Amino acid sequence: MDMEAAKLIGAGLAAIGAGMAAIGVGNVFGSFLESALRNPGAADGQQGRLFIGFAAAELLGLLAFVVAMILIFVA
Amino acid sequence: MAAETAKVDPMHQFTIEPLLGANMDVAGFNIAFTNSALWMLITAVVLWIFMLGGMKRELVPGRWQMTVETFTGFIDDMLEANVGKEGRKYVPYIFSLFMFILFANLLGLLPLGIVGLHPFTFTSHFTVTGVLAIISFSIVLIVGFWKHGFHFFSLFVPHGTPLPMIPVIFPIELISFLVRPFSLGLRLFVAMMAGHVLLEVLSSFVIDGWNAGAGFGLLVGVPSFLLMIGICALEILVAAIQAYVFALLSSLYINDAENLH
Repeated sequence: MDMEAAKLIGAGLAAIGAGMAAIGVGNVFGSFLESALRNPGAADGQQGRLFIGFAAAELLGLLAFVVAMILIFVA
Repeated sequence: MAAETAKVDPMHQFTIEPLLGANMDVAGFNIAFTNSALWMLITAVVLWIFMLGGMKRELVPGRWQMTVETFTGFIDDMLEANVGKEGRKYVPYIFSLFMFILFANLLGLLPLGIVGLHPFTFTSHFTVTGVLAIISFSIVLIVGFWKHGFHFFSLFVPHGTPLPMIPVIFPIELISFLVRPFSLGLRLFVAMMAGHVLLEVLSSFVIDGWNAGAGFGLLVGVPSFLLMIGICALEILVAAIQAYVFALLSSLYINDAENLH
């Protein structure tokens, strides 16, 4: 296979990771909302943990973006 | 390469251009005043004006003072919740960090292109966010070793770890500790860069769509433009969330240094 084509296919495959991160971030906020509706009184105290979970899930999606950018512009 | 054939180059907006003293060299390094430095200066000045208006210490605060005090109170609460009472002394650092990143992100989103200026988001460069992350990480290291001495290494062995597990747990905890400044800087840089690339790609859909004729313009250009409005709102949210996450994670890492586990 042509090297350039292989790079672009790899970058496209890396975009799957962005979708996976979308599932992860949705899971974080979805679970938070689900349990916040069960116990609204405890919800405000957990906001810090909510954003830590969000940051951790998001970082992995951003890493997929970095991989795509490296494949297109650096490799 | 794909980016060179496109009419709208989404990466062009991140180019660093020297504005003053393009040939100034110190020990082999170019120290030109670039557009990145200009926007850092603008951010610092805007933040300074913002704080100046809120530091009048009136007994009955006006709207401006109320805004500033909301922000300081927000950071104060965050540090008290995450670090505890001794976290109060980090309020100046975390507050400056949060406001600087927040203002930089928001100023970079300003639609100044309409009047011909080019806003530059310096937080979309790993050199900048990396340095901010290293500052946070150095504070953690200095405070940790200052306060606890070599006891600081007990951070890498959680309480109640069985003895045979220590050789396994220690390297894992050490690596997850050492990767922190990297992930901290990377998160902010990629989130800002991805947002700006996305906006640029959508704008190229609008421009290329209308250039291809009214049919394509209506079919592709108009929906892309509507999507762009939504994405712009999302970007404002992301700008605030990323500044918050950076400050939150910095305070959590400081908590590790202050209280070990």
